[in-house]
Order: sequence, then C-alpha cells, then structure tokens
Amino acid sequence: MDFRLTKEQEMMQKLCREFAVNEIEPLAAEIDAEERYPWETVRKLQKYGLLGIQFPKELGGSGGDNICYTIAIEEASKFCGTTGCILSSHATLCCWPIFKYGTPEQKEKWLRPLISGQKVGAFGLTEPNAGTDSAAQQTIAEKQEDGSYIINGSKVFITGAGCADTYVIFAMTDKSKGNKGISAFIVDKDDPGFSIGKIEHKMGIRGSQTGELIFEDMRLPADRLLGKENGGFKIAMTTLDGGRIGIAAQALGIAQGALDKAIAYMKERVQFGKPIATKQGLQWMVADMATEIEAARLLVRRAAFNKDHDIPYTKEAAMAKLYAAEVAMKVTTQCVQIFGGYGYTREYPVERMMRDAKITEIYEGTSQVQRMVISGQVIGK
Amino acid sequence: MKAIVCVKQVPDTSGKVAVNPDGTLNRASMATIINPDDKNAVEAALTLKDNTGCEVVVVTMGPPPAEGMLRELLAMGADRGVLVSGREFGGSDTFATSQILAAAIKKIGVDAEDVVFCGRQAIDGDTAQVGSQIAEKLNIPQISYAADVKIEGKKVTVKRMLEDGYMTIETQTPCLLTCIKELNEPRYMSVGGIFDCYQKPVEVYDYNTLKDDPLIEVDTIGLKGSPTNIFKSFTPPQKGQGRMLEGADKNTAAELAAELLKKHII
Repeated sequence: MDFRLTKEQEMMQKLCREFAVNEIEPLAAEIDAEERYPWETVRKLQKYGLLGIQFPKELGGSGGDNICYTIAIEEASKFCGTTGCILSSHATLCCWPIFKYGTPEQKEKWLRPLISGQKVGAFGLTEPNAGTDSAAQQTIAEKQEDGSYIINGSKVFITGAGCADTYVIFAMTDKSKGNKGISAFIVDKDDPGFSIGKIEHKMGIRGSQTGELIFEDMRLPADRLLGKENGGFKIAMTTLDGGRIGIAAQALGIAQGALDKAIAYMKERVQFGKPIATKQGLQWMVADMATEIEAARLLVRRAAFNKDHDIPYTKEAAMAKLYAAEVAMKVTTQCVQIFGGYGYTREYPVERMMRDAKITEIYEGTSQVQRMVISGQVIGK
Repeated sequence: MKAIVCVKQVPDTSGKVAVNPDGTLNRASMATIINPDDKNAVEAALTLKDNTGCEVVVVTMGPPPAEGMLRELLAMGADRGVLVSGREFGGSDTFATSQILAAAIKKIGVDAEDVVFCGRQAIDGDTAQVGSQIAEKLNIPQISYAADVKIEGKKVTVKRMLEDGYMTIETQTPCLLTCIKELNEPRYMSVGGIFDCYQKPVEVYDYNTLKDDPLIEVDTIGLKGSPTNIFKSFTPPQKGQGRMLEGADKNTAAELAAELLKKHII
C-alpha cells in the first residue's frame, strides 16, 4: 500500500497544473459564454501528448497510465469542465474501444491518428429512446452480400458531434436478439450518408459541442465493424466502465477547483471587520467539502489503479463516478453560497462550475445507473 | 553539434525565503523552480535541436535534489543531464561558480560548432555575472541579452537588447549566449517526455571528476575560493504607512517629485 504518486505521476501533475493555469483557465469563461469548442486548446493538448496519455508509444500514444490520465482531467477540470470533458470523451470513449477491440489494421488506420492527437474522437450510443435503456437501439445496420453494412438511424447528445473526425457508433445488426444483436462500427466524418443534426444548447460544459448524428443509407465496408458482429453491447458497457473513471476525475476537478476559489475568496472578503474565513460556520463547510473531495479522489485513483493493473474495475468506476459527481454538485452549490451574491454573477467562476457539475451526475450513466451497477456487483444479479 | 545549457534551480520567490547563518541561501528548505531566464535558454537550445537535430546537454550545479529539475528538462526534450554536485562546491560566489561550471563544460566538451546557452541572470543572486565569466574561462566569444538568435552552420547572429534599443551582433561558434525572456516562449514538458526522462542519462560530476582541471583549485572553488563573501544579509525595511499629499497644484506635484526622487523611485 502506498498513497504517493510516482515521480512520473508527480511530473505529470506539475505539467498539467502549469498547462491548466496558462492555457486552460484564461479561456474557460470565454468558451462557456460563447458556447465555443476550444480548438486552440485541443491543438495544444495534442502537441504535448495529452490526448493519448494512457496509450502505448508504439501506437503514437504517450506511454502513461490511467492514474496520469485522471490527474490530467482533474487538473484541467479545476478550471474548465469543458476541457475535462473533451479529454475524457476522446480518450476513453473513442480511443479505448478501438485499442481494446480493434484489429491491428484498424488500430493503425484509426487509432494512431486519434491517440497522437491529429484527430478527435467521439462515441455514439445514446438515442432518443435509448438512454439509460441503452439496449433499446433503433439504429439498424443491414449486412449486405459483399459484407458491407448499410446503416440508418440517429444518435443524440453525442459529445464532440461535428467536431470529431472519428466516431465509434452502435447499431442493431440483429434486432431479434435484443442487446445481443448490437454491433459497434467505426465511422469517419466524411462517410457518405453521415451528417450532423441539431447541436444542443446546454446548461453547462458549454464549450463542448454536443449534438445529433444522422445516418441515412450510410454504407460502411466490412472492415469498419469493431469487434465481433453482435458483440457491440459488451464493447459499449466495458467502454463506459472506463469512461466513468474519466467523468469521476472531471467531477473531482470541478469540486476541487470550486473549493480552491472559495478558500481564496474567504481569505479576502471582509465582513464584520474580519475575513469571512474566520467564521466557524464557513470553516466547517470547508472542512466537510475538503474531506469529501479527498474521499472522491481516493475512489478515482483506486479505480484508475485497478484499470492499470488489470484488476476488475466496473464497481470501483461506478462508485467513483457516483460519489465524485454528487460531491461536485454539493461542493459547487456550497461554493456559490460562500461567494454570496457575487457567486451568482458571471464575474466569478463558481456559477459556471456549479452548472458544469450537474452533467457529471447524468452523462456516461446517471447516478441511478451507477447505483444499479454497484448494487448488481455487491448484491449479485 | 551540440547545445550545452547551464541551468540553475532557484527558490520559488512566491514562497518563504530561508537564509543560512553564513548569509547564503538555505536552498534545501525552500520550494524550488527552474530559473525563468534559464528556461528561455533551454527553449533556445531545444529550438536549435528541432531545426538541426543537435544534441542538447543540460548542466546544473547544486545539491543532489537538483536532479529532479534535470529530469524535467529531459522531459522537455533535452538529451542528457550533468549534475555538478559536491560539498567542495558549496558557498561559491560567481567567480567560483563559473570556475566550476567552466570546468564541467570543458569535461562535456565544447567542439567547433557548439553553442553554450545561459540565462541572463538568476532570480536569487540577481548578479548576471556567471554566464559572462564562464565564457571568459572557456575563452570563447559571448553575447549577452539575446532576444533573437539565428544559427547557420558556424555563423551566429544575435539581436542583443540594450536599454534603449538593440544591436545585431555576428559571431562564430563556439560561443556563449545569455538569454532573456523576450527570446522565446518556453515549451512545457511533454507527456511522452515524462515517461522517457528516467531512461535518459544523468551524470554526476563531483569534486573528484573535475579536480584535474586547472580551474579547480582549493582556492578557486567553494566558499574558500570566493573572492567575495556575504558579510550580512537582511530583510529590507518595510515601507511603512503611505502618505497622502493634499492639493492639486504645482507645489504638490513638485513635493511629490521631490519625495519620489528622495526614495530613488524616479
């Protein structure tokens, strides 16, 4: 047992802190206000290898581990939930399933440009009628005689829609088999029959573009099938297990970032002749928040550690995401309170953090889904 | 071709400053950073590497923990590190420091096409002397305050900043340049670089490694070899209460100017 970071992980934290302060924080309010995807940040993330942290160098990655990956998301999310979301969705939702299930040819063609950061990835599972019940897929992939597939249907709430170059999507190849009839495919943004529909206006993580994918007689050659035919549901579920670690790290970062801002403000803001940091009511709020954030951090690191060491992490990832998201929501709400009336204005970052925090309780499996997963693991099916 | 960069680990001036009884800084007890100007020097060397594929060697003199800083520089893209470390070197002033660093650089080897990069000055001692003294002891040309550097083969062209303008100077390699922040924007470590940096070589040069160099004598290194000694160090007095000058006339303006002159502000 050892709670210390390795030397490399410490350097990673240092790099990410410097990067976040210099590159991410200055843009955070602007991209939120303008609902603008931060391309300039994404290019810099690429330049320094931050889009392929946990993937091997042989495939163009950085050769790091999942702990480093959660450190990067935490540090970015302290200042900007959007950037944390971009890092997480790219690496775990698009890169990882190709890394885990792709053929050597698919890895060379699709994964290498993703993890070296030349291309951005996205993940298309959710449909209007298949959210939490993700097995209720209505997008259909019909196999043709030459082995290719013709896909019709749509996806909603897709992080990176319209910005991404490469999409891992899911469609029914055998409707009679329910969730055992789902397959995964790799889609390129230029594939004929593929288009982007409505872009959502969201409460938070507004710099991360979220929208609809539309497939109209989109023909994909056989080599776009990811994994086995009808094996897509397992790919989706295992991908989300890992994705949850990223979202947990994002929630953790948002919470820590809000608390850091609140503590600094408490030392400056004077009421009744003294800084409000001297008020016991607020001190105890801070103590509780700091404790819960630390508990969330340990859950996040534990889940990432398990993944790094090939130890099952479905339960740990669900617990980390559930707990960190709820801590983020609670902490950001209280930090707005500590800022008083100023906290409710856009002059200060905490209202943005509170808006950003809410999505962490919903996407990549709601808090209710996490409880289903955890109880399934703890009680048994 | 290679670029040799001299780098210093300095106290983070945003943290607490601790001083030893002999007046030197107690470096062990302070949070440290890479001296800012030295980061520009490293960036200049790495840019040269990007353009020419040259080797970049980073060298520092300091206590063993300074190895951590060298690893960070390797993670930025430097190829190898040299840590000059030994009790005999402690307490050195700029003369002694430049003796030791010049000896270390000679051991690394300065070939006909090589360039030595230093920062303009370190934020702890603030002397801006070490770079120039190293150049003298290596007997190579130096250009200080470099704000732009072009290296083509053996020809080196530098924009050297002055208080009210700049001059453009041309020289030949080998030479030494001291860099200022206007020169470039230092890069970050890369994630891939972090996972490589412990595989790259860091050599330690101690007293025994360097003692055969004519520059290294008992009376030219360390506290004993320092012509200057810190006699006393103290915290500058607090400015105290501000004073408001009343009135919006010429006399008040003159009084303000006299006050600012007296305090050497203007």
